[in-house]
Amino acid sequence: MRIKVDSEKCQGHNRCFVLAAELFELDEYGYATATDEGKVSPDLEDQARLAIENCPERAIEIVSEDD
Amino acid sequence: MTTEPVKDLATDYDIFDPEYIKNPYPAWDELREKCPIPHTDRWGGSWMPTKYEDLFALAQDIEHFSSESVLVVPIEPPEGYEELEGSAQFQEVGAPPISADPPLHTWTRRLLLPPFSVKSVQKWEPLTREHCRSLVDGFIDKGRCDGAADYAQQIPGYVIANMLGIPSDQSDTFTQWVREFLEYGLQNFEMAAEARNKILTFLWQQITEKKEKPGDDLITYLVQAEVDGEPVPDQHVLGTCFLILVAGIDTTWSSIGSAIWHLAQHPEDCQRLINEPELLNTAVEELLRAYAPVTMARVVKEDIEYGGCPMKAGDKVLMSFPAANRDPEKFENPDEVIIDRENNPHIAFGAGIHRCAGSNLARMEMRVAIQEWLARIPDFKLVDPESVTWAGGQVRGPRSMPVVFG
Repeated sequence: MRIKVDSEKCQGHNRCFVLAAELFELDEYGYATATDEGKVSPDLEDQARLAIENCPERAIEIVSEDD
Repeated sequence: MTTEPVKDLATDYDIFDPEYIKNPYPAWDELREKCPIPHTDRWGGSWMPTKYEDLFALAQDIEHFSSESVLVVPIEPPEGYEELEGSAQFQEVGAPPISADPPLHTWTRRLLLPPFSVKSVQKWEPLTREHCRSLVDGFIDKGRCDGAADYAQQIPGYVIANMLGIPSDQSDTFTQWVREFLEYGLQNFEMAAEARNKILTFLWQQITEKKEKPGDDLITYLVQAEVDGEPVPDQHVLGTCFLILVAGIDTTWSSIGSAIWHLAQHPEDCQRLINEPELLNTAVEELLRAYAPVTMARVVKEDIEYGGCPMKAGDKVLMSFPAANRDPEKFENPDEVIIDRENNPHIAFGAGIHRCAGSNLARMEMRVAIQEWLARIPDFKLVDPESVTWAGGQVRGPRSMPVVFG
């Protein structure tokens, strides 16, 4: 799976980081980007989906399911 | 200002109706079904969306909805305002970025975010924890306390005073000022104006002192900050300090209070949090969803029809984030507090460019406050659920809540 954070939509709620610290990093303002170019290892896919569901800004998307 | 009984929620809701403050949920349920964006002429007039999708959309639409006035009641200067001490000096002071639209919003917010990041806030956790412990020490032997006044209320003022670098032994005074401004003040403009001047006079004195004698604190950070190579104008430093103090006290105190209120009536949730401490972060989000304390306002910029409602330029729109969080179209069993709820994109901290800048601090304080309470008081209940008093309007939460332990 590969994911992406839309930087236009992210407002720094930091929910993704709390739910899946391995998949997201925050800048000093709290805005998130996906780590490792968005690559999600199979064991972290559930966490990635949790982050997507909980983002209040709907800023995280799945770029591809089988990357 | 009317105090007539409410005839029809859709055209006449009253955000200060004591019954509504105590239990607003049935009103929102009725409105979502019947008229999801009601209007009232009370308290200066306003619209009040109650559905998640509408609140989400409105929060994003900064083109049509301004944050120039975010209080739920348009405070007008009381008679004789000009003669009040501080009025002339502070007339133009806002509360950026909360009271600002872009472009002012953009740089004032960028300035404020780093000291409130997840990482920066961690630094304040030991002090918060120690303070919570000492509060519990103060009442544990009595076997009872007021969970709102003796605990929840005592936490945010202390933490924010330490962050700002102002004397934390005066945190009761700050809390009182904030209540006079935000809680009682919305129904008493004279009190609001006096409280505002008192807070600004005090903060201006602190800012002047930090300029002479810098410290390792938030006021010094703002005083020394540069934007595009220029120092931040005094007026903005003062306005931002005002915002930090006012927004950081009532709100978090209300969240902690509501969490204690919930736990007092749900021993099974207390037990679960004690047995499964890893659930705490998820539980905090759920308590934030279910008992979101804050309603902000927006001002309609130009005449617009939204959701079939003819909104006029200058109209107020109440951003009832707490109602959004109880919308059954967005959340399954919204009135049930499910402390391990997995799908929870609540908007207790708002959405869009005005997302609460202090959200990480609030979460940390809630988590630590619940942890420290449960560690010493795992078993407790309300003395009398009917006697709990609530404040509402801008910020909803319990204000007096006697509980007994064991």
